[in-house]
Amino acid sequence: MQSISTPILEADGIGKSFGDNQVLSDVTFSVAKGQFVCIVGPSGTGKTTLLRALSGLGPANSGEVRVNGRVVVQPPAELAVVFQDYSRSLMPWMKVGKNVELPLRRLGLSREERRKRVEQALRDVDLGHAEELYPWQMSGGMQQRAAIARSLAYRPEILIMDEPFASVDAQTRADLEDLMLDIRDRLGVSIVLVTHDIEEAVYLGDKVIVLSGRPASVAASVEIPLGTGRDQIETKSRPAYLELRAEIHRMIMRKSDTVAPQRAPR
Amino acid sequence: MTQRITRFLLPAIVPALLVALWWMASAGSTSIFFPPLAKIWQRFHELWIFDLVGEHVVSSLNSVLIGLGISIVLGVGLGIVLGLNDAIATAVGPLLQFMRYLPAVAMLPLAIQLMGIGPDMRVLIVVLGALWPVLLNTVDGVRGVHPALVDVAKSNRLRPIDWVVRVVVPSASPQIFAGIRASLAVSVILMFASELMGASQGIGYFILETQRQFSLPEMWSGMILLGVIGYLLNVILLLVERFALDWHRESRS
Ligand SMILES: Nc1ncnc2c1ncn2[C@@H]1O[C@H](COP(=O)(O)OP(=O)(O)OP(=O)(O)O)[C@@H](O)[C@H]1O
Ligand SMILES: [Mg+2]
Repeated sequence: MQSISTPILEADGIGKSFGDNQVLSDVTFSVAKGQFVCIVGPSGTGKTTLLRALSGLGPANSGEVRVNGRVVVQPPAELAVVFQDYSRSLMPWMKVGKNVELPLRRLGLSREERRKRVEQALRDVDLGHAEELYPWQMSGGMQQRAAIARSLAYRPEILIMDEPFASVDAQTRADLEDLMLDIRDRLGVSIVLVTHDIEEAVYLGDKVIVLSGRPASVAASVEIPLGTGRDQIETKSRPAYLELRAEIHRMIMRKSDTVAPQRAPR
Repeated sequence: MTQRITRFLLPAIVPALLVALWWMASAGSTSIFFPPLAKIWQRFHELWIFDLVGEHVVSSLNSVLIGLGISIVLGVGLGIVLGLNDAIATAVGPLLQFMRYLPAVAMLPLAIQLMGIGPDMRVLIVVLGALWPVLLNTVDGVRGVHPALVDVAKSNRLRPIDWVVRVVVPSASPQIFAGIRASLAVSVILMFASELMGASQGIGYFILETQRQFSLPEMWSGMILLGVIGYLLNVILLLVERFALDWHRESRS
């Protein structure tokens, strides 16, 4: 992809603590336009905390986040977030179409323009038939796609996703992964996706950022030169893929060997 | 099919049995306090279908419906403001709790003193009691909006108006409705109490007057009418709620 242009999103020395508990320390990386960046790290490292800092929902204590060169203090207009808990992030009292339309209301678009965008976004995630359903009438995978559509309708430049596929079955997960690759290719949006699944990170990412330690920082930033047009079976059997997967695995293991504190006795 | 039948029949069986029992037990009664139900029913028919409806029922319904309506509008409106503003809510919280536990009937003498015995006074008394359940439930409901929705709203930079109207209020609506139901019960009680003390019209006034004149079958018919009206108002409210909270019921099944 066009990964050498100026960064659209920069995390510069992000530090964050909750009281005495320092969670992030000096996290630095950047995301180029159209780039797919995956952030991996074990549970509890501070991935969600980092995403909240990136999206302006939970500002950092130190360092800064820049979107298109501007320092983020509040959720920026260029950026959309897909939350981990999709069942809670859709409004059960609104049909899917209305859910997707909700963020568009402030844009001052005409009613027809809003409708067009809603339909387009739902088609983008293969939910063209589901506009009139309520979220609770849909499967988990459909709900997650609806949440993605709501973000896309807004036409963001950056999509931030927090373990978006953690609670769907394997097949749905593979479908959603390919959907995200496809959306990136077609719409040119930059994607930052958090996952604890190394396989998923290597399969999706142009770049994988390994977060670890306590407080967490960037243990490694690995370019993934697997090109575009990835395929669940073909790509995942390529030596380069397997090599990268093993390398990142080793990094996380090594890191947690040296850094993880002794488990407290019960 | 049989399921539907039991659903509608079952709740009717106990009341029907009780009425039958009452009817038979009171059949030969000569006590003036417990006249035969047949007699009560006859008077009920003569009085309330529909001779005195215009004079007494309309007046009573007027107090309940206007009082409850004002309570809902004020309660939901203020409840949203308080629910969204922690500082204001903390500041007026103790006052609200105090007002809530001060029985509205205790303010009847003052209200009569200030406003005389008229429909406005009765509506005021109803509001003074019915406001609190809906207000306090609205505050709770608004404060209970799930943090996940707060994040969604912030990251999508929803307009405040969309946030309140399309997210906060619907999210709080199950609790708001629970508050309205409690307010309805309070409204009926206060309507009655205010008619006992300060009215020349209304079912409460009718019951008191007939008792004073020892017209006990008439008094009984008034009591039954009051029960029926309360019951019907509750049924109407439940139907509205069922319709408005369709999503809530379905999304949990
Ligand atoms: N609001 C908060 N207040 C206090 N501590 C918090 C808060 N949010 C997160 N933490 C702490 O920050 C640390 C990292 O949490 P975070 O949710 O970012 O981890 P994560 O990497 O997203 O984990 P998971 O993979 O389980 O989602 C945890 O130790 C947690 O206790
Ligand atoms: Mg997390």
